[in-house]
Amino acid sequence: MAVKILTEHINVPGINTFDVYRKMGGYTAVEKALKKMTPEEVVEEVKKSGVRGRGGAGFPMGMKWSFLAKPEGVPRYLVCNADESEPGTFKDHFLMREIPHLLIEGMIVSSFALGANKSFIYVRGELMYVIHILEKAIAEAKAAGFLGKNILGSGYDLELVVQPGGGAYICGEETALLESLEGKRGNPRNKPPFPAVKGLYQSPTVVNNVESIANTPWIVNNGGDAYASLGIGRSTGTKLISASGHINKPGVYEIPLGITVEDFIYADEWCGGIRPGHHLKAVIAGGSSVPILPAHLILNLANGDKRLMTYESLSDGGFATGTMLGSGGFIAMDETACVVRNTWTFARFYHHESCGQCSPCREGTGWMDKVLERIEHGKGNMHDIDLLVDVAKKIEGNTICPLGDAAAWPVASAIRHFRDEFEWHVKHPQEATQPGAVYRGAMELV
Amino acid sequence: MTDTTTPITFTPERLAKAQEIIARYPAGKQKSALLPLLHLAQEQYGWVSSDVMDYVAGLLSILPIEVYEVASFYTMFHLDPVGKHVIEYCRTGPCCLMGGEDVYGHLKQKLGIDTGETTPDGKFTLKEVECLAACGWGPVFQIREKYYMNLTNSKVDEIIEELSKD
Repeated sequence: MAVKILTEHINVPGINTFDVYRKMGGYTAVEKALKKMTPEEVVEEVKKSGVRGRGGAGFPMGMKWSFLAKPEGVPRYLVCNADESEPGTFKDHFLMREIPHLLIEGMIVSSFALGANKSFIYVRGELMYVIHILEKAIAEAKAAGFLGKNILGSGYDLELVVQPGGGAYICGEETALLESLEGKRGNPRNKPPFPAVKGLYQSPTVVNNVESIANTPWIVNNGGDAYASLGIGRSTGTKLISASGHINKPGVYEIPLGITVEDFIYADEWCGGIRPGHHLKAVIAGGSSVPILPAHLILNLANGDKRLMTYESLSDGGFATGTMLGSGGFIAMDETACVVRNTWTFARFYHHESCGQCSPCREGTGWMDKVLERIEHGKGNMHDIDLLVDVAKKIEGNTICPLGDAAAWPVASAIRHFRDEFEWHVKHPQEATQPGAVYRGAMELV
Repeated sequence: MTDTTTPITFTPERLAKAQEIIARYPAGKQKSALLPLLHLAQEQYGWVSSDVMDYVAGLLSILPIEVYEVASFYTMFHLDPVGKHVIEYCRTGPCCLMGGEDVYGHLKQKLGIDTGETTPDGKFTLKEVECLAACGWGPVFQIREKYYMNLTNSKVDEIIEELSKD
């Protein structure tokens, strides 16, 4: 069995309570960090681990920590990004619900490392029931002396605040999240200044994803080198993958980075294959923002080698033949899935979620939504397909935050790999608009 | 529905909770409590009227416009009256792949209303929302804090019948 860093004890009855979590070895990282290590030593271990931001961007966490400005007399903040809203992604929801103390323990060691005395967990507001779970866990940890003043007699103080969002995908973007946490609309900020210099309340701030922070107790306990020895190359450690769509066993899986995509889809340990009687058509491997790939390209690289579940292998070939690991939102589609309809639901999503601050995104996401809607409903023309490519290109790279790119990539990649399907909708509007109609022309199913 | 004849005020329990929330943030940063307080207000009144927003502005010593612009940005806040049970169903890709559109069609038929509408008896309001971060357990809808997952037509029937009783 592969090493499980986050989910080893997830099926232990009562693991959501302090007592059981503690009995299974929980909070030992807090003891070790606060009693035997300096904050700098914790930062050093996280750097050595090579763990990369698990929210989607994949930026090395230790490096992000090392950018934090430390002016005298100014508070520093750690903010956990639990605004999980990327379609296809539900791993943080699962982790916080099942084993809330893991995040709390991670918040304590990470806050200690960064010198933060008040840290926030910003949870999407829809997950109010998870907020209650976290608040209960915080109260338990506080009663046991792991939060509050002078934790374990170390002289270190920490308060944790759980903050609800209000229903806005954009608040997963770190500067929008900070605006929201300050009680404002979630409009992303121009960078620089980066949050590491001017973040929450204009103070130095680190924003990290739930899964990223949840890795830190294991890193403190076992060392950064042990973490870095797992995985392949710059894809160290494990990754939570949210698996959805037409597979036999949807759910959240902690995989060792480096297994093949084929194994992940077909092995009984993971997704257990495509549902009976059906064949794999396409996969969106890292949440709705990343390029969709047809079956043969998700399973194999352009050179025929097997594609691996790593940051590097999934992006091999660039956007021509590759995609991204992103947030690990793995959406599998069989031959019954209509790529045009699915692309439209995503375009509608980005249109709905654009904050409206930058014209290319505000207008462009609306145009893509409308044009895709008319193609899907048999009212498109051939020019529309190129129009979509053109609009996507004009959004990409021209906005303050990455929502613009995130909206452009799914549309551009769907047309890149499934152009025939779009053309079929335009050429055969009557057939294509029958209930449940799906393009059945030449394509490679697996 | 908000009773417009009595002044807007939190219940004593919620007022205490609001004060506790405001105290979480550094001095002078009480505006950070805005989203939590709007949730609290919606929990009490079912929706967020302009009177409710003015009241929240007063509690936080900020301008009413600062509340309006935030409440209208975030989709969870209902700015119009809603029914007793607000059903918010996920319309995004992964739920659609799992047959969401058929299930939601059944739901609309069962309630006799379309999305954005409220049943004549005021019991149910239907709203479409974007991804609820439960894609592996789709189709999904949410009623207040509760997630209803792996929905099928018969599950929908059971849920509606159960909720119709109160």
